[in-house]
Amino acid sequence: MAEKQYNWSAIAKNPKFMELHRKKTTFLVGWWVFSTVFYFLLPIGAAYAPGLFKIKILGRINFGYIFALSQFFVSWGIAMYYAHVANKDFDRLTRELVDELK
Amino acid sequence: MKKLLAAFTLALSLGTFAYAAEPVKAPVAAEAQAVAAPAQATATATAAPMAAKAAVAAAPAEKKELKANPMVTIPIFLLIIGATMCVVVWSAKQTKSAADFYTAGGGITGTQNGWAIAGDYMSAASFLGISGIISLYGYDGFMYSVGWLVAYITVLLIVAEPCRNAGKFTLGDILSFRTEPRSVRAVAAISTVAVSTFYLTAQMVGAGKLMQLLIGIPYKTAVIGVGILMVGYVVFGGMTATTWVQIIKAGLLMTGAALLSVLVGLKSGMNPFQFFNDIATSPNVIEHVQKVVLKDPVAVAGFDYGQRFLEPGLFLKNPLDQISLGMALVLGTAGMPHILMRFFTVPTAQAARKSVIVAMFIIGFFYILTTLLGFGAAIHVTPQAVMNVDKGGNMAAMMLAQKMGGDIHPFLGDLLLAFLCAVAFATILAVVSGLVLAASAAIAHDIYVNVIKGGHADQHEQVKAARITSFVVGACGIVIGIAAEKQNVAHLVALAFAVAASGNLPVVVLSLFWKKFNTAGVVAGLVTGTIVSIALVMVSPNMTYPKKVAADAQKVVVALEKKQAEGAILTPKEMKELDKAKVDYEKNKDGKSILGLDKPLFTLKNPGVVSIPLGFIVAIIAALAFPSRRAEEMFDELYVRQNTGIGIAKAVDH
Repeated sequence: MAEKQYNWSAIAKNPKFMELHRKKTTFLVGWWVFSTVFYFLLPIGAAYAPGLFKIKILGRINFGYIFALSQFFVSWGIAMYYAHVANKDFDRLTRELVDELK
Repeated sequence: MKKLLAAFTLALSLGTFAYAAEPVKAPVAAEAQAVAAPAQATATATAAPMAAKAAVAAAPAEKKELKANPMVTIPIFLLIIGATMCVVVWSAKQTKSAADFYTAGGGITGTQNGWAIAGDYMSAASFLGISGIISLYGYDGFMYSVGWLVAYITVLLIVAEPCRNAGKFTLGDILSFRTEPRSVRAVAAISTVAVSTFYLTAQMVGAGKLMQLLIGIPYKTAVIGVGILMVGYVVFGGMTATTWVQIIKAGLLMTGAALLSVLVGLKSGMNPFQFFNDIATSPNVIEHVQKVVLKDPVAVAGFDYGQRFLEPGLFLKNPLDQISLGMALVLGTAGMPHILMRFFTVPTAQAARKSVIVAMFIIGFFYILTTLLGFGAAIHVTPQAVMNVDKGGNMAAMMLAQKMGGDIHPFLGDLLLAFLCAVAFATILAVVSGLVLAASAAIAHDIYVNVIKGGHADQHEQVKAARITSFVVGACGIVIGIAAEKQNVAHLVALAFAVAASGNLPVVVLSLFWKKFNTAGVVAGLVTGTIVSIALVMVSPNMTYPKKVAADAQKVVVALEKKQAEGAILTPKEMKELDKAKVDYEKNKDGKSILGLDKPLFTLKNPGVVSIPLGFIVAIIAALAFPSRRAEEMFDELYVRQNTGIGIAKAVDH
């Protein structure tokens, strides 16, 4: 299987690739920063705002428990959303780019 | 060669059966008094604190042991070993090329890989350790578990797909793409081996202790048995066998955790409000929080000690340490060589994406179930009984299994306990196999094939090198495991994550996303991140400081002698404690830590908060100081490849 020779710098300047790159960077950096900040609110909040974590919300279930549990759902949510966007947008742009190069 | 292989497999499986079977003798010999004992032992273990409380609240219960019934446990173990051996024989036939050995020929599907990632990642420590912390300290244990899942957001968004698109077998492949390959591969291999060794040592020592505790196998035998199985899986079955062992393990672990959670849930009528009410109103939990955790000799009037169990701050006391650990998890998981390696086993970036998402759901559910088990153990086993068996709470989930099953029928208690023991055993095997494979890939593929042979080795030679290396790595793992029996290994897992986060991750990210990054940056970043993390841990509170041990012993001596002076008669247990404390004090009062320190120089247990930024900064400065035109020119190629998968080596169809 001989590998096809590509002109990499030309592909890098291809408008389709630039669009893919721009969209991906914004999405990935944005959501990564969001998830990281959201995560670190948990240990920071537990240490510096224990009063908030103790507030009972549902019966004996307090804010701290719901917040920690929400971390799981937020992580899953981001993962599902990323899969949705990647399958719809990023993969489509990649496919179009590959077809153009054929 | 093939016949030889088959003969080896046979000999090896016989050997492992022999090892697995050996411990049968000891328990069977003692069976006369032991056969009915296990069920009773825990029945008294759980009943004891209540009885003690009713009679004399202060009388300390004697130390209890948790023993699995060998008649039930051994067959389940043999079943699991047998099943995995079949997988090995089957995969050995399929492993012909280097790609087969390291990446299962790229023929693993996204869903399979997701289960395998989960199996590779969820260690016995997280299963037993976290449920134990929750059973003793409540909320903090749950909070601790969150970071282990959130870490996968970084894996998903930043490293999984680019690594699939730009890599081949190892970390070194990605890093050497546009750099001077020999030096980069050599350094990358050293860092991979370091991370794997730390993690492997912790797992091996844990395996030995756990098997010793649960089924009474001597420590050495347990380590050798686990080691032989692990070497067998990797040497003969390569990535295919390792993957399937990890999938089987993840399935078993989830089944065990789910089953127990349902039993725990049923006790509270499947009602979450009732469940939390049961925790907070359990008299045992209330007493434990008051006397043991908060050390209030007399209850503060009006203070809700039960509710306190559901609030933060009982276990994790230093926020900076937690943030440091959080950083190491969030960035370190994505730099773990055995996790990175899993992305080379799928054919496309889409499959890599899917595998992370599947893994995230499994891992997330697992930690939520672990919480239920931890709280369940607090309600039904009681923190006092858990602490009686193991001070760190590591046996909480096991005791819960025996209690929950035993409440239905004594045999069911033994069966559930045996099943969970087997799950813990499978868990250890899956994790150590992944580590051995990652370390051998770094040595055989990066060092031998690419550095020593300059990339000129045929498939046959590459596979042979990989097998020999796995054998040697596994053997070293066994030797280190035995040698480290008496060592303090608790810090090694944190250390592995810290090295991965401070050494590996910065250079992977910069290689993939920064045009000006080059050889000097990779080498400097990897070396700095690795060395700084190790150095900080060596001077951290994780190490043993004899002066501190002596001071603690002194405290015990003073307290007990004061009690004696006041006229109280010490229980035999307290007398033993007093003697032990005196010996400990004499032995340790003039000692120094491994590095000759009296007390820690660095006060955090986790070095991440210092070493991770340092790893990034040094990598960036070195890259800017020694610019490389070639590395910059080749960036376009790497960047297009990692984003699009163009030019990717197509996976061979099976």
